[in-house]
Formats: sequence, C-alpha cells, structure tokens
Amino acid sequence: MTTAPVIKIEGVWTSFGDQLVHRDISLGLGQGEILGLVGASGCGKTVLMREMIGLQTPSRGRVELLGQDLAGADVRIQQELRNRCGVLFQGGALFSALTVYDNIAFTLRELRVLDESLIERLVAMKLSMVGLDVGSAMLMPAELSGGMVKRAALARSLIMEPEVLFLDEPTSGLDPVLCEDFISLLRELHRELGFTIVLITHDLDTLSDLCTRVGVLADHRLVSFGSLDDALRCDHPFAVEFFHGRRAQRIFHRLS
Amino acid sequence: MRSTSKPSAIDESRPRIDYGSGDPACVVRVLGYWNLRGLAGAPSTFRSEVEAGASRCVDRVWDLTELRALDTAGAYLLWEAWGQRLPETVKLKPEHESAFTRWQQRPLPPIDRIHRPSVAFFRRAIGFLVRVGLHCLELVVLLGQLVLDLLHLLRHPGDTPWREISATIHETGGRALGITALVGFLIGVVVSYLSSLQLRTFGAHIYIINILGLSIIRELGPLLAAILVAGRSGSAMTARIGVMRVTQELDAIAAMGISPSLRLILPKVLALIVSLPLLVVWTDLIALVGGAVSAKLELGISYHQFFSRLPNAVPVSNLLIGLLKGVVFGLSIALIACHFGLRIQPNTESLGDETTNSVVAAITLVILIDAVFAILFRGVGLE
Repeated sequence: MTTAPVIKIEGVWTSFGDQLVHRDISLGLGQGEILGLVGASGCGKTVLMREMIGLQTPSRGRVELLGQDLAGADVRIQQELRNRCGVLFQGGALFSALTVYDNIAFTLRELRVLDESLIERLVAMKLSMVGLDVGSAMLMPAELSGGMVKRAALARSLIMEPEVLFLDEPTSGLDPVLCEDFISLLRELHRELGFTIVLITHDLDTLSDLCTRVGVLADHRLVSFGSLDDALRCDHPFAVEFFHGRRAQRIFHRLS
Repeated sequence: MRSTSKPSAIDESRPRIDYGSGDPACVVRVLGYWNLRGLAGAPSTFRSEVEAGASRCVDRVWDLTELRALDTAGAYLLWEAWGQRLPETVKLKPEHESAFTRWQQRPLPPIDRIHRPSVAFFRRAIGFLVRVGLHCLELVVLLGQLVLDLLHLLRHPGDTPWREISATIHETGGRALGITALVGFLIGVVVSYLSSLQLRTFGAHIYIINILGLSIIRELGPLLAAILVAGRSGSAMTARIGVMRVTQELDAIAAMGISPSLRLILPKVLALIVSLPLLVVWTDLIALVGGAVSAKLELGISYHQFFSRLPNAVPVSNLLIGLLKGVVFGLSIALIACHFGLRIQPNTESLGDETTNSVVAAITLVILIDAVFAILFRGVGLE
C-alpha cells in the first residue's frame, strides 16, 4: 500500500459572498485513519466535508482525494472518485420513494453488470453487517425509526466498499445506547474493511472511542489537528470550552 | 485504440483465473481486481465461467496471493463457485481472509422480496369509486371545519388571520395579473376573429359585441381565470401544505395550540374567494379589449361603438353570474388544494402524486360546477 495521503487539503479558503468560512486550512489524512472534525455549529465543518467529496469547490486552495486534484479532474474522473467514497448524510438522505432494499441496491444496479441474485446477496450481507434484519429490507424509509434510518443509510454508503467513508454527525438524534452501538459498529466495520473515515461529531464519546485524529475548527481556522491529546492541549478558547468544560470533564474523568 | 497500445495494463487489472496446464497438481492462480469496480469491467458471462471453471478445480491448490484487490462481491463469486466453502488448500493474503470469513460466518436468509400482485380491473374500478366517495366525504368534513372556524371568528374577531389572508390574496391575485391578462387577451382576439369571419358572411357585423360580451363575461372569463389559478395557486398550496406535513411544521403548529385549519386553510380559502372574482373582472376586461381590437381590425367596429353598445347587448345579470362563479370556483379550488395537501405522506412520490391529483381534481371540478351553473341559470340574462 502506498503511504500517500488519502485526503490532502492545502491552503483552502472558503467564503460565501462577504462571509468568510475557512481561512487557510491545510491537513493530510493517511490510509485507514479516522478523523473526527469538531467545531461550533455553523463553523463550516459540513462545508469542509463537502469540499473533500467535491460537492463544493473552495474559493482558494487545493483539495486532493485519493491522490487526485478534485478541481482539475474532469467529470468522469470525479465520478470514479466518488464511486470510491461512501457518504452518510446527516438526515440519512435515503430515497423516500424506494424501499430500503432498492436504496441499498441502487448503486449496484447503476453499474448495470451485476445480476439480480448477486445484488440480493450483497444487499443481504450489508444489511447484516449494519445489524438490520432482512425483514426491514422491504420497508419504506418513512416506516423506519431514526436508528434504523442511520443503519440503512450506512449500508447504502458501504455497498460499493468505499475506500473513504464520510459521516456527517452519524450519532446525532440517536439515544445513548443506540449511539454506542453505532460507534462499535463503525469500529468493527473499520477493522474489517479498513477504510479511512472522516466524521463530523459533537459527541466526545465518539471522539475518544473511535478517532485516531481530531481536527478542531474554530474562528475559520483549523486550530488543532493531531491526536486527541493534541486537541486537549490546544489553548484556543473554543477547544478549552469544548474539551475542558464540565461535560467534557465528566467523560474524560470517567475514562482516566 | 488504447487497448491495443497497452494490452498488458488492461489484462492485469481484469479479474481472471489462471488454471495453469491441465495437470491436477498444478496451482490455480486468481489474478486481477476482484472487487466491484473490477467485476463491473468483466464480460457478462464472467460469473458463469468462474462457476463452471472453479467447481471443477476445487480440489486443487488455490493461490490467491497475487490478487490485486478483493471485496465482498469478489469473495462471494469465488465462495459460490467453490460450493460455499473454502478449498482444502488455499493460500490467502491475511487482509483477504475477512472477506471469506464474512460469508462463512453469516448464514444470510434470502430477502423475501414481495411483489405487489396486480389487481383485477373490476376491483380497481370499485376501489376508484370508493376513493372518490372518501374524497367527497373528507371535503365535506373540511368544509364543516371551515364553517366552525368562521363561527369561531364571528365570536372572536381578534383571531382573524388578516396577515395570512392578505398575503395569499397578493400571491394568488396580484401576482397572477400578468398571466391572466396575456391569456385573456389572446383568447379575446381569437374568439373575436373566428366569430367575425362567420358574422361577415351574414352581414351581421354588429352582433360581434353580443357574442363577445356574453361568451366572455358569462363563460370564458371566469373559466379561464379559474383554470389558471387552479394550475398556478392550487398546486402551490398543495405542495406547501404537503411540505409542512413532511417537515412536521403542521405538528408544530398544532402543538403550539394553534388550529392549523384556522391559520393555514381558512386564510387560503377566504383569500381565493376574494381574489378569484377580482381576477375574473380583470380577465373579462382584458379579453374584451382583445376582442375589440380584433373586431376593429376585422369588421371596422370602433372602440367607442364597441364599449358603448356593450351594456345594452349584455344584461348586467351576466356579470353577476360571472362573479358568483368566481366565488364558487375560488372556494372549490382552495378546498381541493388544501384537502390534497393534507393527504401528502412524508415521501417524494406522494408529494408529486397529490399535487398532480390536486390540479386535475380542481380543474375537473371547476368545469363540472360551470356545467351546473349553465343549467341552474339557463333562464337568467340570456333575453
């Protein structure tokens, strides 16, 4: 395996009209790492993630995904790159007109080469990997509970066996037990499939249990990028509040 | 062209099995990319070839260490070909083992894919009639709720949602002036032109005023305005209420102790009852102008003559019938739009279906009501 970074961001500036979102952000993420992005609401975490996927172009700077420059690549290469990524959107973004089964099989059918029996086996495998039983395959997204929506959406993002998985607040809206389940599910899948994960979260448990890298976004900058310990040592007011507030102390105290 | 210039690169990435010579002691090598992307490039017969080839050689030594990539799909193909077990002697890269253990450890029950059976024509027809009946029932319930809301407003005039009513009047009336004017003018020109061709052969030029006045004021004006509003505002109302249901805004309003029918449905109905008759007058006016222009060009009837003879040619009761139609059309379009909006389920399919149903039902109902009016008022305003 090459050691080239899976995601490389160099000097990215983003602004919407007069509003500055990112000021000179650079980071590199290696194969198999799990990056947790934290930051206050509205500080541009989701925008940064959309730039990594190529859904949005930064105002200045370079974004490289799997060794390819996203802005310079032509449409076909961008499409191929996206096929190698899985994205779990915050609300799940399941196609509401399709059953869970059809949602997960959607990208497989788009390939137009696999026969239906193989697709059925692969969907069944992914459903069992994310802990859904086959009975839920024929349900419509509107009939699922919040946790099941997240799991079905995860199965859909995993179906192409992506090399990079992007998760936008994967545990928001889940109760603590489901949340813990989901995190251990992600950890297991990561061990089994060995992909790189970028996830946005507000949840300290997720950060400490899962992430190998932590990026803290505040004041339009990446004020800390490194291990959780680096983030804990960061002296930016937001990081201090986030990692050393009462809520954080409860969690980290319990851990140590 | 590229494939001829670099054949080796294509060959190396393609998933394939090298069975070696026919010798049973020979090692079987699995090569290439055995993942979804690699399989997507393989010929369509690839799967059956693998199954036929591999099932014969399952007793031989398998070497999978030269594989470029393997994922769940590729592992499944081999696993199936081997008869759902690993061959006795197989060399695997450690990172590829998990792909096979996944299939080994999880006995996956088949997914029961229910196909909804097709319903016989007779059953469907009955179902359709039942649905129409239910729609009518629900419309009556909605109308009753509106009456109750109105009674409530009579007792508590301070609760009247003036702001919503005025916003909806602006949205459905003010902003529809342009399109109704354009359509009205063109229809006026067309009707006037076609009639004048006929009238000229009889020498009855002056009757163009009667024909245009009566048909536009009594029939075409109200109908045109209503159909345009049904397509324009009815669909918007349905979609808005539907999206509010999807985003739980309806529940939020109800949870605040505010009646959704009072705040959402009543203003729309009242606003359309006000704005549609006004639009009818506007459409009548512009259509008559269009007719007068065409009459002047075709038959030489001056504008002064046209508009001064109009009150004598068309009794004022026709205008009143037209306005009354406007009120009834406005009421039914708003009711239908809100009714279908409330039926929307939280998915994209339903949003599209119900919006279509709303427009189709509203236009159909408008034409039905128009027919009823024609029968009820057959003795009024026709001399």
